[in-house]
Amino acid sequence: MINKPERPHTVSDTNELILARDRQLEDFSGFLDVDGAGGLPSLKASRKAAIERFAEIGFPDRRNEDWKYTNVAPIARTAFARPTGEIPYIDAAELAPYRFGDDSSPRLVFVDGRYAPSLSTNGATTKGVTLLPLAEAVRTRAADVEPWLGQCLDDTNRPFAALNTAFFEDGVFLHLEKGVRVESPIELVFIATAGGDTPLASHPRIVIGAEAGAVATVTETHVGVGEGVSLTNVATEIMAREGAHVFHYRTTHLPDEAFHISTLAVRQEGKTDVTSCTISIGGRITRNDYHAIMAGEDGLCALRGLAKLRGREHVDNHLRVEHAAPACESREYFKSVLEDESRSAFTGRIFVHQIAQKTDGKQTNSNLLLSENAQADSRPQLEIFADDVKCTHAALTGQLDEDAIFYLRARGLSEREATSILVRAFAGEIIDTIKVDALRELVEERLFSRESSIDAGAPGKSGALQEAV
Amino acid sequence: MLEIRNLHASVDGNEILRGVNLTVNAGEVHSIMGPNGSGKSTLAQVLAGREDYEVTEGEVIYKGRDLLEMEPDERACEGVFLAFQYPVEIPGVSMNYFLRAALNSVRRHRGEKELDAVGYLKLVREQSKIVELDEKLLGRAVNEGFSGGEKKRNEIFQMALLEPALSILDETDSGLDIDALRIVADGVNKLRSPERAMVIVTHYQRLLDYIVPDFVHVLVDGRIVKSGGKELAHELEKQGYAGVDAGRAVAASS
Ligand SMILES: Nc1ncnc2c1ncn2[C@@H]1O[C@H](COP(=O)(O)OP(=O)(O)O)[C@@H](O)[C@H]1O
Ligand SMILES: [Mg+2]
Repeated sequence: MINKPERPHTVSDTNELILARDRQLEDFSGFLDVDGAGGLPSLKASRKAAIERFAEIGFPDRRNEDWKYTNVAPIARTAFARPTGEIPYIDAAELAPYRFGDDSSPRLVFVDGRYAPSLSTNGATTKGVTLLPLAEAVRTRAADVEPWLGQCLDDTNRPFAALNTAFFEDGVFLHLEKGVRVESPIELVFIATAGGDTPLASHPRIVIGAEAGAVATVTETHVGVGEGVSLTNVATEIMAREGAHVFHYRTTHLPDEAFHISTLAVRQEGKTDVTSCTISIGGRITRNDYHAIMAGEDGLCALRGLAKLRGREHVDNHLRVEHAAPACESREYFKSVLEDESRSAFTGRIFVHQIAQKTDGKQTNSNLLLSENAQADSRPQLEIFADDVKCTHAALTGQLDEDAIFYLRARGLSEREATSILVRAFAGEIIDTIKVDALRELVEERLFSRESSIDAGAPGKSGALQEAV
Repeated sequence: MLEIRNLHASVDGNEILRGVNLTVNAGEVHSIMGPNGSGKSTLAQVLAGREDYEVTEGEVIYKGRDLLEMEPDERACEGVFLAFQYPVEIPGVSMNYFLRAALNSVRRHRGEKELDAVGYLKLVREQSKIVELDEKLLGRAVNEGFSGGEKKRNEIFQMALLEPALSILDETDSGLDIDALRIVADGVNKLRSPERAMVIVTHYQRLLDYIVPDFVHVLVDGRIVKSGGKELAHELEKQGYAGVDAGRAVAASS
């Protein structure tokens, strides 16, 4: 049994959080049993340790500085169930708008966190690449998985990461041998279904291990199917060894009531390049947690994000980038476009250890408010213990440039077109960094096809703004 | 083509235009001169549809329609063009995208076929030669990193592309050296035709050596205080606006 430490609370919301926590603990007692033997004995112990840490921290309330801008009560109070029985039938056509690769590249599809072989494609196999559903990898290749699983993810103060470790049933194991270069992107698709009797929660885990000199691009696509509440609590670990390059893209296409929590844990052990770009579209509450540790000299870590929100949608990006070795470069670049009463939050923290001389760190957060009721909170933070570093941060929140709108209108463009052009130009600074052409086009299409008070009647695609003609 | 009657406009409660009267017929070139702060740009912006200025009195008839009732983009599509005194930089939007969107918007309005990439390119090649605009600029963001002269030439270039019926040039000459001035003037003169009219706002008479106006008006304190032929520009050059100021009483009482 897991003990339930008591904390003094007065607010009823907080009581609710405690009850919610206890519900998770009870679920876990049942879960360990069904989890059974597995091929990885240490996993059972890790899960137990994780749920104990979760019991300790519980669901965060707003007094927790890390969660100042996101109220998790709507998530905590929902009695989510784990998916059981048959994987629901999903028409492949429903996924078409979110898929971009052809069948020569591998695609792994998961429904409510469980692997769906019928929707997946193996693609051409590349020598030196292991790409497996995580459950299968744990069952059949436990010794290969063990050195990577849980190596990057520090869930000490991350309740949802702890829940992921405690509860993940499946996910992805990707291992790249020394010097392997995977040309086409590896496409991972996670579908959260909604509208059944009970709302479902899934906790997919993605484990990426890149040995020295390996190069790969991984795309994570999260899609909500059906109307109603769902929770995806994904955790992605990327471990990059000397000379490895990992490009990670995450896009979320979520219906109004979906909750999405993600944790990206990165560890770079040499002159490596890890780049991640997250595009958030829709969803009731989205929280993206990042924890990158640059533990080898000359590493480059670039984290980027774009959220385009409307209604009461909410996206909170929370970053911690640690320079734990000299001469590394980190870049955080996050933007949001907010309509209606939507809200975005950004907390970017660059932490420079004493040893990390010659650090070059930069973080930028800019937000475009398209409505008076939208709100963007921004907390760029630097914590520096080395003396020879170059770190900058900038936060900018504003409205559309009226002069630019008038200039465009004075040349014959309607107010809508003018607004849309400026929004695309703003978003383009993130979108244009997406190196996978098909994904970039898909993102543009999804971002600007959503009906919105400003985009209807917009000309062309955002990429066209830069077109050389 | 354009008839401005007793136009009053204010911003934040300050009246800037205080009863402007001006008639511009097709084929004519009018020049508006006046000291700094007299309201020249305000007049130009009001005609283009800038909403920061509140029109409190008067009317503007353009091609028989109430211009003030029209949205800025409708005015542009109907052939009103303002060459901005301070062209706006728009990061992230390439000149090519912007120009093609603008051209096609105007063409749609005129019931003409939209231009495809090839047609657009051909047109742009021709027109950019006229104002000697470096084609490289077209790959850049709108006005971003353009020199002062390049921005002004870019305005004339856009005018040449959009072929407006009524062009309003707001101090397109300021900041230009003699060569650039001649290029801009050439661009303007090429567009002169019996169907088109131009209003050229300028601070100096210099530009008028190259673009010879049919009429010159002097705007002081939000009113046109004196009108005349092209010789008025030279007069102003010699006497300055102080001399005209004295004439205001005459203009006002007449
Ligand atoms: N947007 C504005 N807000 C406040 N004052 C303005 C604005 N535009 C113009 N003005 C004022 O109106 C007067 C006329 O300005 P302007 O039309 O730019 O003159 P000109 O172009 O003749 O130099 C000036 O006193 C100027 O400060
Ligand atoms: Mg002016």
